[in-house]
Amino acid sequence: MSPLPHGPEWEFELLQRYDEAIAQTAGEFQLDTYPNQIEIINSEQMLDAYASAGLPLGYPHWSYGKAFIRHEQAYRRGYQGLAYEIVINSNPCIAYLMEENSLMMQALVIAHASYGHNSFFKGNYLFKQFTQADAILDYLVFARRYVMECEQRYGVADVEEVIDSCHALMEYGVDRYKRPQPLSAKEKEARRNEIEEHQRRQFNDLWRTLPQAAPSSTTASTSVFPEEPEENILYFVEKHSPRLAPWQRELVRIVRKLSQYFYPQTQTKVMNEGWATFWHYTLVNRLYEKKLVDDAFMLEFLHNHTNVVTQRGFDQEGYRGVNPYALGFAMMQDVRRICEDPTEEDAAWFPELVDTEWRKSLDFAMRNFKDESFIAQYLSPRLIREMRLFVVADHVGKAELEVDCIHDEQGYKRVRRMLADQYKRDNLLPDIQVARYERDGDRSLTLRNQLFRGRPLAEDQANEVLRHLGRLWGFPVRLEAVDAEGRIDGYREWRP
Amino acid sequence: MNYLIDRRLNGRNKSAVNRERFIRRYKDHIRRSVKGMIAERSITDMAKGGDVKVPAKDISEPGFRYGTGGDWEFVHPGNKEFVRGDKIPRPEGGGGGSGGGEAGSGEAVDDFVFTLSREEFLSIFFEDLELPNLMRTAIAEAEGKKLVRAGYVKEGTPANLSVSRTMKTALARRIALGGPLKDELEVARQALAAATRAGEPRARIAALESHVLELEGRLERLPFLDDVDLRYRHRTTVPRPAARAVMFCLMDVSASMDERKKDLAKRFFTLLYLFLTRKYERVELVFIRHTDEAQEVDEDTFFYDTQSGGTVVYSALELMHQICEARYHRSEWNIYAAQASDGDAFGADPAKSARFLRENLLPLTRYFAYIECPDENQSGNSSLWVEYEEVKGSDLNFAMRRVSQPQEIYPVFRDLFRKEKV
Repeated sequence: MSPLPHGPEWEFELLQRYDEAIAQTAGEFQLDTYPNQIEIINSEQMLDAYASAGLPLGYPHWSYGKAFIRHEQAYRRGYQGLAYEIVINSNPCIAYLMEENSLMMQALVIAHASYGHNSFFKGNYLFKQFTQADAILDYLVFARRYVMECEQRYGVADVEEVIDSCHALMEYGVDRYKRPQPLSAKEKEARRNEIEEHQRRQFNDLWRTLPQAAPSSTTASTSVFPEEPEENILYFVEKHSPRLAPWQRELVRIVRKLSQYFYPQTQTKVMNEGWATFWHYTLVNRLYEKKLVDDAFMLEFLHNHTNVVTQRGFDQEGYRGVNPYALGFAMMQDVRRICEDPTEEDAAWFPELVDTEWRKSLDFAMRNFKDESFIAQYLSPRLIREMRLFVVADHVGKAELEVDCIHDEQGYKRVRRMLADQYKRDNLLPDIQVARYERDGDRSLTLRNQLFRGRPLAEDQANEVLRHLGRLWGFPVRLEAVDAEGRIDGYREWRP
Repeated sequence: MNYLIDRRLNGRNKSAVNRERFIRRYKDHIRRSVKGMIAERSITDMAKGGDVKVPAKDISEPGFRYGTGGDWEFVHPGNKEFVRGDKIPRPEGGGGGSGGGEAGSGEAVDDFVFTLSREEFLSIFFEDLELPNLMRTAIAEAEGKKLVRAGYVKEGTPANLSVSRTMKTALARRIALGGPLKDELEVARQALAAATRAGEPRARIAALESHVLELEGRLERLPFLDDVDLRYRHRTTVPRPAARAVMFCLMDVSASMDERKKDLAKRFFTLLYLFLTRKYERVELVFIRHTDEAQEVDEDTFFYDTQSGGTVVYSALELMHQICEARYHRSEWNIYAAQASDGDAFGADPAKSARFLRENLLPLTRYFAYIECPDENQSGNSSLWVEYEEVKGSDLNFAMRRVSQPQEIYPVFRDLFRKEKV
């Protein structure tokens, strides 16, 4: 292959050649990807994509308008740059590239998104189980059309109200252990039409006139419903809410499905970005080794790459916690290093990695872990030392913060555990589940907040969300906080 | 297989609908902000966008979150000095650690500020306002022309060729010309067959055969498609109705109209003009100033050139009438007029003006608005006001108000053009 031309400006022909070169190189490393669809967009379109959480199309809602205005504002005033790319977990895998990028950036971004993220989407177990890359675009089209149809039939305000309430509970619309049903837009629509048609045919006004049976007092069962607590609140609302009309249930379902679609991304931020960064780094370096790109290209590349993986110290300006790109990239590189060139310490900590082929070991890690487990499994003492990680404990009842552990022999395991925990869902979201539904009583719904290490809910917001839930439920809703021993610790209620 | 697609030409305003939803939802906040902006802005830059502030509390999207309290650990990079067991004083503000899990709660405190575009600003500014009798009647020298279908013609450019229509005429022609031939051919063939059977003389058979061949040849030569078959779609242009308006600004520029009054008048004119530009595709302005005689002038002269002299309102009205007759016929133009004066008029002038207004101008105009900027210490009605008040009593498309402070302009303006209740 002849060297690739390099210059500040890109052209479609050049992008094509770069893409071919990168694809070939990715083939050498046996990266398994969906087909790629690379699209060039401008900054306004990028802002549009930002507003809809990166999806190419979404249903209309004011909150997206708010996000759009916020980003636009920040961008226009220069507070915030725009991403170089956005990539969508779909088949074919769509990557949006900004037109402002230089030729080198486009190449970097193609390697990062279209080969890095793409192979992660295809290989990682969470994505495999929880999302259907083939169906998502169709489903989005369906969702958009359905929401707009509802707006026409029932009015924008009513639809907005339901969606507002669903959004408040969006994080609690996820099945973490059950795999979701595959979604097929066509089937769903057919099913919905069928139900409506059935109801229309079965409609008989006479039923209305039948005298009501006297309520039987014997049916009151003592058993609690649901038997097991339900973590997916939106699912429970959709299936059991006494008040919702069918179209409202469908809206709940749409929000729930989208939430489910995003769930793997929230659980794999470090891995996903680390993997993609590792591969753009590896692929471009390989291009350089093959003399396809020149020194000028490499210098520009390294400059940008370094910016991406910069980790600022806790006391430095601009510190915003652990940078997922930096951590992920460092860990991926570290796994490769341990495979290729292990030290004695590594051999003691990671016997299973030593002297294996790094390609295979890394691929195994990518496929079978999420952030929490990946860090717990692969964070090496050497990396802890390099990043100089330390843990600060903030405990109730102590006047001061305390340094819990640092990068020393006694601390490695604990630092690793703590960092892994930081990416645990429980650490980000309070544990709240549906505990009881008084089907035979006042139809009230009770949620249980299992207190985790004494961390309370944010009061204002909790009341607000409860109000939203109440709107969906139509009957009283309660939220009880339960401490580790099972004692009820706090209680709040919302009545319609 | 990889695809490379250029999406830059696709629509860019995908979020417009969401933005509009957002604005509708927070209309009250926005309206309040707009009111404030109107109060503090000078008229020349009224027609701009502006920043609107919405309190973060009203705009937040709630969710179950951790509050402050409970036991936390945070992992940070970049340790230089700490060892296990070191104590660190809590940062001010009590809760949480310095980063990590607390991220996100900080940004929610700021108010949400965003910029209204010029259009959005004006639309709120003009909300609920509607000029009376607003109908787009004038059909004249259209701004644009529209192409409409007008049947089929025999000549045209290939691009306009109507295939189905052409094939239809071709078929008709083939039937019309070929039908008799076919009949004739049939007869000739039968004759030939009969002659052959009967064993007629060879010459006769040969003659019949050649006749059949000739007929077949003629049928063969009938073209499938001929020039005369071609039909083209025809379009003609029709003028598209375009509503347009002319706005007359009449102002007394005699010595008694000081800067303050002129400023008031200017604001009033500007607002009316802005409103008209929203309603009509084209709005022309005519400035007429008058002392004891009226002149048509350009905008700068109108507002900034000083003149001295008496006051004859009648002269301005008359000039306006002449200009209407000459340039803006009422069948083609929507005529609006705004008059500003301090109300000083003498002798027979007020009565004469009022009569002229009622009899000659009001029938022409869609709306005639009069504002009076009295002297600050003036009490009682001016002579012009008294006369005009009678006009007002009888006519719906006439309005008058007194304005003495800049802040009063906007309410007057709203009042003048309040949406008519149906």
